Amino acid sequence: MIRITKHVLYDILRNRFVILYALFLMVITLSLFSLDSDPGKAVLSLMNIILMVVPLVSIIFTTIYFFNSYEFIELLLSQPIDRKVIFFSEYIAASFTLSVAYLLGVGVPIFMLSPDWGSLYLVFAGLLLTWVFVSLAFAASVSTRDKARGIGIALLFWFYFGLIYDGFMLYIIYSFSDYPMEKVTLALVSFNPVDLARIVILLKLDISALMGYTGAFYKSFFGTSLGTVFSASMLVLWIVLPLIYSLRKFLSKDI
Amino acid sequence: MTDFNFTSRFIANGVIFCALFYPISASARSIRVGLEEKVRSLRAAIEMADPGDSILVEPGTYKEGNLIVQKMITIIGEHLPVIDGEGKYEIFTVAASGVTIQGLKLVNTGRASIHDIAAIKGLDAVGLSILDNQFVDAFFGIHLSNSSDCIIRGNTLTSTVKDTAGVQSGNGIHLWKCNRVTISKNTIEGHRDGIYFEFVTKSRVVENISRRNLRYGLHFMFSHDDDYLYNIFTGNGSGVAVMYTRNVKMTGNRFLDSKGAASYALLLKDIGDSRIEQCRFEGNTVAIYMEGSSRMIIQDNEFRENGWAMKVQASCDGNLLKRNNFVRNTFDISTNGSISLNTITSNYWDKYDGYDLNRDGHGDVPFHPVSLYGMIVEKMPTAVMLWRSFLVFLIDRAEKVVPAVTPANLKDDFPAMKAYDRD
Repeated sequence: MIRITKHVLYDILRNRFVILYALFLMVITLSLFSLDSDPGKAVLSLMNIILMVVPLVSIIFTTIYFFNSYEFIELLLSQPIDRKVIFFSEYIAASFTLSVAYLLGVGVPIFMLSPDWGSLYLVFAGLLLTWVFVSLAFAASVSTRDKARGIGIALLFWFYFGLIYDGFMLYIIYSFSDYPMEKVTLALVSFNPVDLARIVILLKLDISALMGYTGAFYKSFFGTSLGTVFSASMLVLWIVLPLIYSLRKFLSKDI
Repeated sequence: MTDFNFTSRFIANGVIFCALFYPISASARSIRVGLEEKVRSLRAAIEMADPGDSILVEPGTYKEGNLIVQKMITIIGEHLPVIDGEGKYEIFTVAASGVTIQGLKLVNTGRASIHDIAAIKGLDAVGLSILDNQFVDAFFGIHLSNSSDCIIRGNTLTSTVKDTAGVQSGNGIHLWKCNRVTISKNTIEGHRDGIYFEFVTKSRVVENISRRNLRYGLHFMFSHDDDYLYNIFTGNGSGVAVMYTRNVKMTGNRFLDSKGAASYALLLKDIGDSRIEQCRFEGNTVAIYMEGSSRMIIQDNEFRENGWAMKVQASCDGNLLKRNNFVRNTFDISTNGSISLNTITSNYWDKYDGYDLNRDGHGDVPFHPVSLYGMIVEKMPTAVMLWRSFLVFLIDRAEKVVPAVTPANLKDDFPAMKAYDRD
């Protein structure tokens, strides 16, 4: 398994996209910090970018990579190797390279420029988001044979979690605004990894507005260590569940 | 103008006092009270004293119930003698002119739900000075009614008593129907309201610290022509609330860390013709909440890291908002109406992204401080959950390009490009 993972890793690094990604993140991080004299504000702007860019790159890159290495996978499958091993090698290689790129691009500069709890949460949440969207990319890739359609599904995932879901949530809040919606929204947030990550970071970074009545409710939940554990484990579920789905699909798939 | 009146009144009073009591003060005694002195009880000393006398209280603990002062005397403590109310009594009740109480430590007054028991109560007292005392666990610390020309300076009031069943905690400095009172350099902590004014006029509140009080740091009603200068209000249960008053001047105060669902750093209800200048609002859920307030001048203030820098209800009109810095607030201004009758100009907004082609230091396109999302949250507080999501960014952008919901005339036509330097 390690040998295959290594091979996949080299393969990923060879096409240099990941290096560009790391550089891109680093340029953004550094420029945000140098443009804004206030590091707290820079971290907030960085969060907005990370919540968009990290899921997008993770999911699209992984999907494209998966389809590009289809022939290689077919070749491996013709050998006496367990499908699980091939699947996990691919997953580990993809998430590992993207995580390293992310840590180099965002983690290292941010810890040099603004080392505090908010930054730590930002880095950690971004890392979890990377893994979540790599998992979702695998789910998108195994559900179709067609590359274009696979990328389409991946994009849809990104669009859905980044934008459409929030629209739905706003609609629900609007429709039921006469009712106490705190607990309901709490549950709704758990169904979207991007929202989860955002709220966990915000409660560490910038909480004044979140101290109003509803905010106090969220704070009393997400602000505690129990809340942090809850949101982290929800994010882990978001990694594991799509992974299990795609693994099962991959195991029974006729390639 | 007011200042001049104020000082001249003071001097005039002083002259009258001197003239009246000159023969007496020439022969004024000072009576020492102490455990090793001839006079051992403060009560006896007060009874013995003639107007104009001083009583020097030596260190020790005095438990003497309610002490009533009805003549012009000066009570001075040496090294903070303790006067204990034993949890039952009001300590000093002053009903005379020109009394001074200085350097005492007043502890454990009684508590009641009907009477306002205080450590020092002034009734119809003129020229009462309360200086450099310590108040520990008093129900009401200083309670003056129908008094004038008083000075309350350098006192420390702390209460650690929480609200118990039936009996609430009392206010630190409580004034009712007073005139020309100066309250300066006091520290008030843990009371119900730090400073409470009702019908108090022409008074000055200067350089006090009011913190961690259970309800308001400062609370006044019907108290016209007062000045509040360089005070610090921090961590009070519900911040500062002021109502039904006109002609108030608030300068250089700091309003910090009022966080909570029903917490306002400064709540203005029916305040008119007043000025709020050079104040600093930082780390509050809502920095200024305005309702029914008119013709206020709010300028040169600093709003930093508040949830809402200002909530201006539609019932406010004729207010001027000028040269303030708005930095890192979640929402700069929110409102509940569609028209705005206030003037907003020359402020610095960190969210402003316009340009300044003619280089005059002010942006060429107006800034709209009310965001659509801010209005959504105003109507549906739960929507705060979506804050800083991409969706919110999009709807705010769309609204900025084509304003449809946010009040079109609530804008700063002359936004500053750089923050004003306050240091």
